[in-house]
Amino acid sequence: MDWVFISATLIAAIRAGTPILYATIGEIFAERAGVLNLGVEGMMLMGAVSGFIVGLKTGSPWVGALAAMLVGGLMSLIHAFVSITLRGDQVVSGLALTLFGSGLSALVGKPYVGVPGVRFTAWKIPLLSRIPFLGEVLFQRDPLVYFSFLLFPLAWYFIFKTRPGLHLRAVGEDPATADAAGINVFKLRYLYTFIGGMLAGLGGATISLSYTPGWIEGMTAGRGWIAVGLVIFAFWDPLRAALGSYLFGGVNSLQFGLQTKGVTIPIYFLQMMPYLFTILVLIFATQERVRRRVGAPAALGIPYVRGER
Amino acid sequence: MEGETARIAVEMRNIVKRFPGVLANDHVNFSAYEGEIHALLGENGAGKTTLMNILSGLYRPDEGEIYLYGRRVVFNSPRDAIAHGVGMVHQHFKLVETHTVAENIILGLDKPRFFLNLAEAEQEIRRLEEQYGLKVDPQAYIWQLSLGEQQRVEILKALYRGARILIMDEPTAVLTPQEVEELFVTLRRMAREGHTIIFISHKLDEVLAIADRITILRKGRVVGTVEAQMATKEELARMMVGREVLFHIEKEPVEPGAPVLEVQGLRALSDRGVPALKGVTFHVREREILGVAGVSGNGQSELAEVITGLRESTGGRVRVNGQDLTNAGARAFIDAGVSHIPEDRVHVGIVPSLHLTGNLFLKAYRRLPGFFLNWKQMREKAKELLRHFDVMAPNPDVEARTLSGGNIQKLILAREFSSRPAVVIAVHPTQGLDVGATEAVRQRLLEQRSQGAAILLISEDLEEVRALSDRIIVMYEGEIMGEVPPDAPVEEIGLLMAGTRLEGRGA
Amino acid sequence: MTVEDMKVGRGGFPWRIRVEQRLVRPRWVSAIVPVLSIVLGLLTGALLIWANGVDPVAAYVAMAKGAFGSKYALGETLVKTIPLILAGLGVSLAFRMQLWNIGAEGQLHMGAIAAGGIALFLPQKFPQIQPWMWLVIITAAGFAAGALWALIPGALKAYLNVNEIITTLMLNYVAILWVDYLVNVPWKDPASLGFPLTAVFPRELWLPRTPGLFFLTPRHRVHLGLLFGIIAAILLYVFVTRSKWGFEVDVIGRNQKAARYAGMRIARNVLIVMAISGGLAGVAGMAEVMGIIHRLQHQISPGYGYTAIIIAWLAKLHPLVLPVVAFLFGALLVAGDQLQISMGLPVAVSFILQGLILFFVLGGEILSYYTLRIERVSS
Repeated sequence: MDWVFISATLIAAIRAGTPILYATIGEIFAERAGVLNLGVEGMMLMGAVSGFIVGLKTGSPWVGALAAMLVGGLMSLIHAFVSITLRGDQVVSGLALTLFGSGLSALVGKPYVGVPGVRFTAWKIPLLSRIPFLGEVLFQRDPLVYFSFLLFPLAWYFIFKTRPGLHLRAVGEDPATADAAGINVFKLRYLYTFIGGMLAGLGGATISLSYTPGWIEGMTAGRGWIAVGLVIFAFWDPLRAALGSYLFGGVNSLQFGLQTKGVTIPIYFLQMMPYLFTILVLIFATQERVRRRVGAPAALGIPYVRGER
Repeated sequence: MEGETARIAVEMRNIVKRFPGVLANDHVNFSAYEGEIHALLGENGAGKTTLMNILSGLYRPDEGEIYLYGRRVVFNSPRDAIAHGVGMVHQHFKLVETHTVAENIILGLDKPRFFLNLAEAEQEIRRLEEQYGLKVDPQAYIWQLSLGEQQRVEILKALYRGARILIMDEPTAVLTPQEVEELFVTLRRMAREGHTIIFISHKLDEVLAIADRITILRKGRVVGTVEAQMATKEELARMMVGREVLFHIEKEPVEPGAPVLEVQGLRALSDRGVPALKGVTFHVREREILGVAGVSGNGQSELAEVITGLRESTGGRVRVNGQDLTNAGARAFIDAGVSHIPEDRVHVGIVPSLHLTGNLFLKAYRRLPGFFLNWKQMREKAKELLRHFDVMAPNPDVEARTLSGGNIQKLILAREFSSRPAVVIAVHPTQGLDVGATEAVRQRLLEQRSQGAAILLISEDLEEVRALSDRIIVMYEGEIMGEVPPDAPVEEIGLLMAGTRLEGRGA
Repeated sequence: MTVEDMKVGRGGFPWRIRVEQRLVRPRWVSAIVPVLSIVLGLLTGALLIWANGVDPVAAYVAMAKGAFGSKYALGETLVKTIPLILAGLGVSLAFRMQLWNIGAEGQLHMGAIAAGGIALFLPQKFPQIQPWMWLVIITAAGFAAGALWALIPGALKAYLNVNEIITTLMLNYVAILWVDYLVNVPWKDPASLGFPLTAVFPRELWLPRTPGLFFLTPRHRVHLGLLFGIIAAILLYVFVTRSKWGFEVDVIGRNQKAARYAGMRIARNVLIVMAISGGLAGVAGMAEVMGIIHRLQHQISPGYGYTAIIIAWLAKLHPLVLPVVAFLFGALLVAGDQLQISMGLPVAVSFILQGLILFFVLGGEILSYYTLRIERVSS
């Protein structure tokens, strides 16, 4: 086996998968609370541009990443207000958020296109990074990658093993029951939509500060939408989300791998692969869901109206 | 239970609650003693549930005050109410289907703060189960439980939170007669230990059987409070309805004809993928009502869906007038003259946001000539149907969602019966309707019987099934336990509903 | 009936929004909401433009001039209106059935590919066919290509219940990459000096210009696509409101369970609706390349397929209102171009405005179902 090729592909898979992983986990939180937010692409773009600009101005990618999270979170609040408080259609509101985000990011980022900025640099974890093969693949990455390694198991634990997680699931499954149990449905839906927005923003910043540092209009190239698709593939479970994201990253990086191997498929077809892969994965996930009877959160996309009579 | 020593546990003074266009509670005064089982009796829409939703913190009263054990309280949420020891078991259970019993019971509590310790909660739940005789597995998922078991979870939930005052909203609707007895034993045990039970019902017999005192509500007002021992059924009925009520229905004697609907060895799966029908065989003849009795959730819904083409069967045959329609789809059943009064009238039976004309032509539009529709003509026809079926609506252009429950059901009857059906599948046709609408629906069903339809009546209301049917079959866990005549004793039907086959009289 | 109190913000916040359901839905609300939404969207957009250091008044003046300021500008607005009408009608039909076809952009590109492919290669091979016949063939091919592309997610939805939002969207990217491939590799014009372009289509195959209407300059670019759009709007209106099929689409969209109960064939209607929806977007793409661009190139559409979604929503899915809304958004797109030319702002600015308008419409919808009251929380 060609170990260099394999490790290069795995590294590329992790790097390409990380932004999507953040966005996917963020969307899992929102959808678990019953809020379908199709604005992920817009929030990622805004995260990418604001992370890049703030990073550049402050000279710190860390501040940039934090700014991206804040901006992503603020973006999500528009959707939260329209869909939770005003009970507008969540599909359309999410689309509006994506349009708005892609437009605003282009406007704000206009002066920064092609400007060199700051970026996260790799940290070699002492000892661990020296493990043959694995060390290189897993422990010579940058802090955003490490944080994502921590995030997905923690998110899983939080959702399934803690009291706030129980409340989160209840709000998305059966808001009336959660409400009757004294859980503030509106507050939690706002909160997790906001968290979803923050993680989408961080996902965007991961692109502009780590994966392909810099800013180009529309640089997320549909990754936000892929994240929404991966949530379905993941059955709303962060562990499966990690699997899906890295699989996606693998497919994505395979195109470069194949090119370096001298495979002569036109680049356009290689670029189609992630999108086709998402469709394929969705088909299989849907079938598996039918078989295993795993459903979306029962109240997903439905505004909660109190006290039906 | 009452007397000088008994403390007043609950007192509600001058409660007023308005909803847009409705005065649900009109200066209601209500009180219940500690250790008492107090029934709240009234028709649907009398304001019983609204009043108790106020006591349990779900609604805020527009006027009036609540006192618990003599102290004024103000509830802003069910959480406040339960903190003061008031718990309510709603008619539609408030349980998260995909969560376990223990997860549901601890939902919304503050402790433990962050990490879940289900084992500890389960232990406490088991202790309560023992104390009050409520058997249910704390680790089971709600969707795996029968409705009777789910009710126990709801009671446990209230007890786990330290409820001293327990409100039960129509608790017997989902139970077999035997389960009702078990519930009554539990409730009496709780009352003896000093709990106050408020029991909402519109069924006279059970109120007389369980309650110490009875408060009767009519149209949002209190008609009176009586000692159960002194009360008679007739008196209660008069107070409840405001006029004398006849307890039987006039049924025209007709001779049934040939079998129209024939069902043979029918099998089907539920939504969960478990067998819901395990070989069901019966037939319904012309000019006959076949009643299907049974506790809901024993396959009745699936049966209705399979014999109207809405659910695939996994075995067996369905024939209508000799034509094999097994798994032929809803359209084929409609074309063969099968009408369906569905269980979920709002979400299946009508299109709420569509005008009445559209709803009335929901099926019939296909039989109209041509490719285009003549809405003007359809509207005229709709007007006529609304008048004939006595649907209260300003005009056929209003959206169906604006109608009351009774009028929605009449709208469905107008559509289903105007096609002169050969077979009628009626599922819980009077559930949740007021007396007037209930009477109208029953009358229409009998009218169809006289006109020659073969009618399958699925209902949880045993009285209704007995009053309307010519024959009764009883379903239990996807099987037919036996057939009885409508005048068979309730106890006998109750045994069948609980899954006990009768000796020498099997299906 | 619903009464509900909703606290905004934290527990200590002294005001709350009270939401009460209306018993009667007043007519004026549904008329005023879209108008107000556009105004508010433009105002908020002005704020954002201003925050980015550009004078919003100057920007909007430039936009208005660009879209309506001259006969030529008006013509350009109409030019952009054409694909918006066609794609918007397609989207609105799918939405009517609660089918979230977000893939008009991709379907439009496929329509363009089919039209371009025929125009580039077939007439040489069949010189006996008259140009007007080619017009018919190319229009049909544009429709068919968009329809087939939409039938992929349609069939996945109808038979496997795969979420159509994601699949239609993913296919947008794929369709655009197809165009990129074709114009860069097999269909690339050798004389294009390396630019991703095909050769120009034979002149006799171009979609003819409409007659010089009084309000247009003689050199306007408004083409026959406008007629297609208007005919499609009228046909769709008649079929949707008057035909049995339209009734089925309506019922399925409002309550799928009731539709199934009433014996309507849902899977079949999903396929039909997706095919027509995609087909109309395909015709939009066909019209754009045959009427305006006259070749295939790297960028065919400035997001017509996405703007179509907003138009459909803003027009409340009404086929006759839709062309009017499409005209307004056509103006917005032309204005966006003008911003780029005169003020150096990215074209995507018009997406900001579109998104904002959509938010206001959604927020405004609540007014037609509920009344809002802001009141002090009693302590």
